[in-house]
Amino acid sequence: MKQVKSYPVYGVMAEYDSTTEIIAATRKAFDAGYRVMDAFTPFPIEAVSEMIGFQRHHNKVPFATLIGGLLGGIGGFSLACLASAVWYPLNIAGRPFITWPMYIPVTFESTILIAGLSCGIGMLAMNGLPQPYHPVFNVPSFSLATNNRFFLCIEARDPNYDESAVTDFLRTTGAREVVRVDG
Amino acid sequence: MSSYATDVLEPRPAATNGKAVPGIHPLLDVPVIAPGHTFESITEKISNVVLRPGTPRWWFGTLLIASAFAMGLLFALTVLVFKGIGIWGNNQPVGWAWDITNFVWWIGIGHAGTLISAILLLLKQEWRTSISRFSETMTIFAVMCAGIFPVFHTGRPWLAYWLFPLPNTMGVWPQFKSPLVWDVFAVSTYFTLSVVFWYIGLVPDLATMRDRAKSTFVKRFYGLLSMGWRGSTRHWSRYETACLLLAGLCTPLVVSVHSVVSMDFAIGIIPGWHTTIFPPYFVAGAVYSGFAMVLTLAIPARKLFGLEDFITMKHIDNMGKVMLATGLIVGYAYTFEPFFGLVYSGNRYEKFLILNRMFGPYAPFYWTLVLCNVVTPQFLWWRKIRSNIPLLFVLAIVVNIGMWLERFVIIAISLHRDFLPSSWGYFKPTIYDVMTFVGTLGLFLTLMLLFMRAMPIIPMFELKTSLPQAIPAGHPEVGTFEEEVAS
Repeated sequence: MKQVKSYPVYGVMAEYDSTTEIIAATRKAFDAGYRVMDAFTPFPIEAVSEMIGFQRHHNKVPFATLIGGLLGGIGGFSLACLASAVWYPLNIAGRPFITWPMYIPVTFESTILIAGLSCGIGMLAMNGLPQPYHPVFNVPSFSLATNNRFFLCIEARDPNYDESAVTDFLRTTGAREVVRVDG
Repeated sequence: MSSYATDVLEPRPAATNGKAVPGIHPLLDVPVIAPGHTFESITEKISNVVLRPGTPRWWFGTLLIASAFAMGLLFALTVLVFKGIGIWGNNQPVGWAWDITNFVWWIGIGHAGTLISAILLLLKQEWRTSISRFSETMTIFAVMCAGIFPVFHTGRPWLAYWLFPLPNTMGVWPQFKSPLVWDVFAVSTYFTLSVVFWYIGLVPDLATMRDRAKSTFVKRFYGLLSMGWRGSTRHWSRYETACLLLAGLCTPLVVSVHSVVSMDFAIGIIPGWHTTIFPPYFVAGAVYSGFAMVLTLAIPARKLFGLEDFITMKHIDNMGKVMLATGLIVGYAYTFEPFFGLVYSGNRYEKFLILNRMFGPYAPFYWTLVLCNVVTPQFLWWRKIRSNIPLLFVLAIVVNIGMWLERFVIIAISLHRDFLPSSWGYFKPTIYDVMTFVGTLGLFLTLMLLFMRAMPIIPMFELKTSLPQAIPAGHPEVGTFEEEVAS
C-alpha cells in the first residue's frame, strides 16, 4: 500500500458540474504552471488524464501482464513436463514422456491465468489500493465524485503551491465551490 | 497533450440521443439508453434497486422457491456422498450421462457473459454496457453450477484436489495428457478470471454505493469492497488499460474453455465423439445458449426492477440477432454432422450412429433438438418477433432446452450403442439425476436473486460514459447522428 506523505494541508479542491468544465479547468491549471494535481471523476475521461500528463495506456499494467503471462506459460509447460517425465513418469506402450502438443492446453490456460491475475492485482497495487483513508475524503461534497460531480485537486506538494493563490486561481476557473483539503 | 478545443463550452448536440432522424431506418432510432437521463438519474435509478429500503414481495417469493430447489440439490448430493454415484442412472455403457450433459450445458451458459463483457468491449459495442454486469454474474454462477457435476461425478468429491497439481506424499501427479486435466485447468482459469474481471468492473460502482449508502453498516460493507476507490484520474487511466487487457485475455480464454470441453469428447474414439468439428461447434452452441439465458433472465429482471430505460428494446433486439447468428452456426453443424457421418467418412460405425440418432430409441430427443435449435432461431429473422418480448422469452427458453438436448444427444446417444451390439445399453435418469439438475437451476436462481439485491446490476460508471453529456464539447468524437450512421 502506498503511503500518502503527510502534510498538514493536502491541497485545494475545486468542484465542477460537467466534463467540459473539468477539462477546461485542468488545462488552465496546467498552463498556469501547476503540475502536482489530480482530478476525480465518476467515470474515466481521457482528455483529463492527458491534461495531467498521463497518456492513454502508457502505464506499467501491460508490462505486469506480459511478465505474468510469460511466467505462467513457462510455469505451466514446465509443470506438465516435470510431472510427466520426472516426478511421475508413466511408460505407456513406450511413448515419449514429453509429448509437447498435449501440454499446449495446460500451458495456454496457465499463461492466461497468471497474466490475468497480474493484470488485475497489478492494476490495484499500482493504484495503491486498497487504501481505506485518503485526505480527499475529508471534503464533505466529495461523495458526489462517484456520482455526478467532477473534482480537481491541486496538491500542497506542488512547487508552485500557495494556498491563497491556488484558491483564487481555482475560483477563476468557474468552479462551483473551492475548498481546502486537510491532510 | 490534447489538441481538443476545450474552451468551447457548448454541450454535445443531443441528436444522437434517440431522436428520430428522417430517412433513417426505424430500428436505428431505438436508443441504447432512454433519452433524458443524467449522471445523477443513472446513479439513483440503479443504486436504488439495492439501497431503497424494503424488498419487493416477489423477490422473497421467488427466493423461497429457488432456495427450496437448491435444498433439493443439497439433499441429492448428500445422498450421493453416502451411497455413491450408483444412485444416478449412469451405467455401462452410458458412463457419462446427465452429469456431464449438465456440466457442458452450464459452462456454455456462462459463455455469453464473457462474450458480452470482453469481446463486445474490444469491438467497442456500446450497447453491451447495460447487460454486461448482469451477464458476467451469470457466468460466475453458471460455472459454479457446472463445477458441481464433474466433482461429484468422481464419486469421491473430497479427493477432488487430486486433480490439481499439488505435491503430495504419494508422489502422484495429474496426467497432463488427459483432456480431463485440461478441463480442470480451463474451467478453474475461466472461473478465476471471470471473478477478477467481474470484481474489477464492480469496484467503481461499489464506491458509488458506499457514497450513497445511509446506514453505517452498509457504508462499511461497500467501503471495504470498494477498497477506497476515489475516481482519481491516474487510477482511471490504469483501470481502463487493465479492463482492456483483461478483455483481451478473456476472449481467447472463453473460446479455449469450450474447445477444451469439446476435446473431452473429440479425443475419444467413440463414433459421434471423434469429430474435428466439435471445438467451433461447441463454442457457437455455448454462445447460443448463453444469450438465450441472458434473455431469459433479463426480460423479467428489467420489468421487475423497472430498468426498461437502460435495458432497452435495442438490447433485446441485438441479443435476438446474436441468437439468430449463433443458431445458424449450430444449424450448420447439425446439417454437416450427418453429412460427415453418412457420406464423407465412409465409416460404418459413424453411419450407424447417425441413423441411430435419427431413428433409434432416442429419436424423439434428436428431433425435438432439431425443432428447438434449428427451427426456433428462424423466427428471429422477423423484427416483429424480436420486438415481441413475451414471444422472445418463450423462444429463449426453447433454445435453452434445445441446447441441453444437444449435449444429451451427443453424450448419451453416442455412448449407448457403440461398436459391439453386445455392449449396447440404455440410459434412464433416476430421481436423483432430476433433483441434482433441477437443484442447480435453483442454486443458480438463488445466487442471482441475492446478487440483484446486493450489488448494482448495471455498471453505472460505464453507462454514464454512453450519455451525450459525458463527451466534452469540441471533442473530435462528437459528430451528428447522420454522420455516425453514414460512416
